[in-house]
Amino acid sequence: MPEAAVAETAATAAAGAPLLSVRGLNAWYGESHILHGVDFDVAAGEVVTLLGRNGAGKTTTLRSIMGMVPRREGSILFEGEETVRLASNRIARRGIAYCPEERGIFASLDVDENLLLPPVVREGGLTVSQIFELFPNLQERRRSQGTKLSGGEQQMLAIGRILRTGARLLLLDEPTEGLAPVIVQQIGRTIAKLKVQGFTILLVEQNFRFAATVADRHYVIEHGRVADMIRNADLDANMDKLHDYLGV
Amino acid sequence: MDVLGIPTQALFGQLLIGLINGAFYAMMSLGLAVIFGLLNIINFTHGAQYMMGAFCAWFLLERAGIGYWWSLLLAPVIVGATGVVIERTMLSRLYQLDHLYGLLLTFGLALIIQGVFTNYYGSSGQPYRLPEEFAGAFNLGFMFLPKYRAWVIVASLLVCFGTWFVIERTKLGSYLRAATENPALVQAFGVNVPRMITLTYGAGVGLAALAGVMAAPIYSVNPQMGANLIIVVFAVVVIGGMGSILGAILTGFGLGVVEGLTKVFYPEASNTVIFVIMVLVLLVKPAGLFGKER
Repeated sequence: MPEAAVAETAATAAAGAPLLSVRGLNAWYGESHILHGVDFDVAAGEVVTLLGRNGAGKTTTLRSIMGMVPRREGSILFEGEETVRLASNRIARRGIAYCPEERGIFASLDVDENLLLPPVVREGGLTVSQIFELFPNLQERRRSQGTKLSGGEQQMLAIGRILRTGARLLLLDEPTEGLAPVIVQQIGRTIAKLKVQGFTILLVEQNFRFAATVADRHYVIEHGRVADMIRNADLDANMDKLHDYLGV
Repeated sequence: MDVLGIPTQALFGQLLIGLINGAFYAMMSLGLAVIFGLLNIINFTHGAQYMMGAFCAWFLLERAGIGYWWSLLLAPVIVGATGVVIERTMLSRLYQLDHLYGLLLTFGLALIIQGVFTNYYGSSGQPYRLPEEFAGAFNLGFMFLPKYRAWVIVASLLVCFGTWFVIERTKLGSYLRAATENPALVQAFGVNVPRMITLTYGAGVGLAALAGVMAAPIYSVNPQMGANLIIVVFAVVVIGGMGSILGAILTGFGLGVVEGLTKVFYPEASNTVIFVIMVLVLLVKPAGLFGKER
C-alpha cells in the first residue's frame, strides 16, 4: 500500500476507533492461501467499497469478517472487540449482517419467511413496513416462493431481510451484479438512504462506476492484499491508476 | 357379505393391519426424512432406536411401574437424549464426508445396539401389557376395531400432522428448511446451526422411539423388532423420496394399505410388493414420488 494510504488508514484509526478494523488478515480455503495480510478500516457511518479483479480476494474478505471461511488468522476488531475466533452466528449477534453475492434466497421459504428469517440481534432495525417502503415490489409478492422472484426482486429481498436485524454494519457482496440499469439505480438510492440512516456499509463491487456513486472511500484489493486506498473525491485524479488495477 | 369373492371381514381386517403398519412406516420414514434433510445422513440406527423406545417403555413399566401414557412422553426424551450424544460425539465428524460414511457408522451402531439387547434379553419377545383403558373393541357393524389399534392410527396421524405443521408452518420450521438449503448462510444470520442439527437428530430419534412405544403393546418387545421394520421403511423412503415430509407421510400410509390389500388378494406377494413398487418407482422416477432431483 502506498505510504499516503497507510497514513490515511492509520489516521482514521487514530481519530476515534473505527467501527471495523482489519489487520493482517489471512484466509485459506483448504490448501489455497487466499488472503495474505489484508489491512483496512471502516468508520461508523461510512460506505466503503472493496474493488479489484476477479479472484483478488474481495468476497473472501467479506466471508472472513463474517466467519464463513474454513481458516483465518489476523485481527478483525468490530466495535473494538476481537471477532476473528468467533463462530459466524456469534459474529452476526454482535451486529454484522451479510448479503452474499449469490443472494441466498431460500427456495423452500416464501418471501415473508425469507424476510423474517434472520433473527433480530439488536434494537434499531427497520420494521417490515419500512422495508416495504424501500422496496415496494416485495410487498405485492409476499406469498410467492422466494426463488420465483426476478433477479432484481431477489436482490432487494436479500438486502431487505438484513435491515430488520438491527445490525449496524452491512456487508454487501456485488449487489448490482447482473441487474438492469434501472434496478442498479434503485439499489444505489437505497444504499444512499441507508447511509443517511446511519448504517455502515462495506461493499464489494466490480462496477466502480456504480461504486463511485455511493461510496466515501475505495480499497483496491490485489492478490489477497490491500494495494491502495482512494477517497471518492480523488477518484477522477486516480482514474488511470484505477484502470491499471482493475484491468479495464 | 363378499367383495370380489373376499369376505368383507377379512378385507377390512387386512386393511386395518395395513393402516397400522402404514402408521409405523409413516412415523419412521418421517424421522428419517427430517434427519436426512438437515444432516445429510441416512440414519440406519433408526430401527434400533425404535426398538430402544419399545424397550424403554417396557423398562419403565416393569421396573419403575411407570405406565403407558408417561412412557409416550419419557421414552422419546430418553432415547432422543442418546441420539444427541451420538450426534455430538460421532455423526458431527462426518458431515464433510460422503453419505456412505454416515450410513456405515449408523449401520454399525444399529448392529451394536441390537447385539447388546439380544445379549441381555435374548431374541424372544417381552410382552407389554395393554393399558386397561384400551381393552375391548368398537363394533363398527362390518368389523370389530380394537380400541388400541384405533388409537394408534389416530395418534400417528396427529404426530405426522404435528411434525408437518412444525416444519412447514412455524418460525422454527423456516430455520430448519433454510438450513437444509444453506446451513452456512443461516448460521451467518446468527442462528446456532450446529445446535439445531443436534436437536434435529434428537427429535428424529425421539420420533422413532415414540413409534416404538406405540408398537410395544401390538408387537412383542424384542431386540430384532427394529431390524425387521427398517428394511421396509427404507423402501418406503426411497419410494416417497428422501427429504420430503409430506411424501414420507403419504407414502407410509399408502404402502401400508397396499401391503394389506395384497395380503387379501394375492398373499404370496405380500412380503415383496413394496420392493416391487420400489423397483418400478426407481425406474420411472429415481428421486422418488415426492422427491426433488438434486
